Amino acid sequence: MERIPIFTMGDILLVMIQTDVHDRLLESLQGDVAAKICDTGARGVLIDISALEVIDHFMARQLERIAALTRLLGAESILIGMRPAVAVTLMELGMTLEDVPTAVNVENGMDRLRARMGSSVPGGENNNEDDGQETEPSEECLDYADRAGFPQD
Amino acid sequence: MPKENETAKLLAEKKDEILEAWFKEQGAAESLREDLMSRDDLRGQADNLLDALCKTASSGNLKNVDTPQYEDMRGVLADISKGRAKLGFSPSETAMFVFSLKPAIFAFLGRRYQDQPEVLARETRVVSNLLDRLGLLTFESFVKEREDIIVKQQQELLELSTPVIEIWNGILVLPIIGTLDSARAKIVMENLLQGLINRSASVAILDISGVPAVDTAVAQHLLKTINAARLMGAECIVCGIRPGIAQTIIHLGIDLASVNTKANLSAALQQAFDLVKLQVLTKGQKTKEA
Amino acid sequence: MDAARRSVQALAAAIGMDDSNQDMIGTATSELARNMLDHGGGGHVLVEVVQGERGQGVRITFEDHGPGIADIAQAMEDGYSTGMGMGLGLPGAKRLVHDFEIASRHRHGTRVIITRWVGP
Repeated sequence: MERIPIFTMGDILLVMIQTDVHDRLLESLQGDVAAKICDTGARGVLIDISALEVIDHFMARQLERIAALTRLLGAESILIGMRPAVAVTLMELGMTLEDVPTAVNVENGMDRLRARMGSSVPGGENNNEDDGQETEPSEECLDYADRAGFPQD
Repeated sequence: MPKENETAKLLAEKKDEILEAWFKEQGAAESLREDLMSRDDLRGQADNLLDALCKTASSGNLKNVDTPQYEDMRGVLADISKGRAKLGFSPSETAMFVFSLKPAIFAFLGRRYQDQPEVLARETRVVSNLLDRLGLLTFESFVKEREDIIVKQQQELLELSTPVIEIWNGILVLPIIGTLDSARAKIVMENLLQGLINRSASVAILDISGVPAVDTAVAQHLLKTINAARLMGAECIVCGIRPGIAQTIIHLGIDLASVNTKANLSAALQQAFDLVKLQVLTKGQKTKEA
Repeated sequence: MDAARRSVQALAAAIGMDDSNQDMIGTATSELARNMLDHGGGGHVLVEVVQGERGQGVRITFEDHGPGIADIAQAMEDGYSTGMGMGLGLPGAKRLVHDFEIASRHRHGTRVIITRWVGP
């Protein structure tokens, strides 16, 4: 079954959402992102929405959910590449996406994400010692995995 | 033989002679503008026109210029109009050029129908009306061109008056000058959003010191722009609110609580630097510890 | 659903609608098509170019033979402030278009007609 691809780049997950994404794909994305965060210990999720020509309120809610989900699991997320026309439409719709950080492109997105990741971990020096190895799954991850019925290793 | 084709026949037969006669007349006319168009070019243009006229006349329709039969004719007239306008001919001069064909044709009609006064009168009338209409078409063409230019200039003016300046990496300034109506506001928003992408900006300063009045409509436009920019990951700072405007805003009960506002551009710039975590230091000064 | 949205946007582009307007009518189409699929049990979509006083526009008619909407007034209320409530996407769609018509009969189906013009 086709799924939205999630790439791992160090401690950040990259999600590329394609143009003709349908509802079920977005729903399964939530589960996939959650699982991946727990698997890799990622603390940042960069979601590229530049291919989306249209975001209606259902899709906007899904994106809000993904952001909330990642936050629950101890990670920060950010949406990048929203098209101007889409921004205008969402604004007309009255959707503010206020709990979802956004950035205009990958570089800004990465900067913003790193800044938030750094400040969300008490004692940010730990980042430097991270050499890409899997970190211990956080408390939240274990909880979620438990509730969602994911196999625990 | 259908009556209308008499003139068509004449035109076809005597085309070259008519051209010569017409050209000779033109040469003597006051409206000849040798400073604008050479005799050769004039002859070329006259030839084209007469040619088109002959072709159209052979269709038998010498009255109704709005039919598809006149499409080529209209094309030729539009070219003549445009070409002459570019050279500096007034629309009247161009129309006169078409009208000047009349005496040449009438002379030939007169010779041909010497003995048939009714036919002569009729054909003269037909040709006269037709050439009147064709001359007017050049005028209409001229006016349409002008209107197109005006519309284009209006568009350019709108775009020029809403520049987007990247004052520092990732910080944009939009000086908005003049009334912010809905057309303008749309351009401002489009320019801003595009600017955010082009310049990878995360802060935009909207300087409204050049906006004479702010009412609820203008405030709405500003809010829309700010919200759209926020959705794209940029924070907006509005500055340049004159004291009078500030009073009006409060008086009208417009709620700008969610908007980042500063009195002037320098204050706004200061905040912009803060937002992107930059600090301005005097040379030799060390960074302050956070 | 995506196909409907695409053809609407293509048509809008063809008659000269700018990006933002295209996106709005496309998004409204997405909302209403989703409604039709989720609540109306599917139906048909008619997309047409119409001529009005303001010039041309795109008109889309969504028609289904589903359960219908019992209380249209309530459906048109803004449910966004309630947070997780999904609503029927109708008020949102209405905000994005110039003309909005809705007719629904309980158990007989629903028809929604939206129009967006090229001009403001």
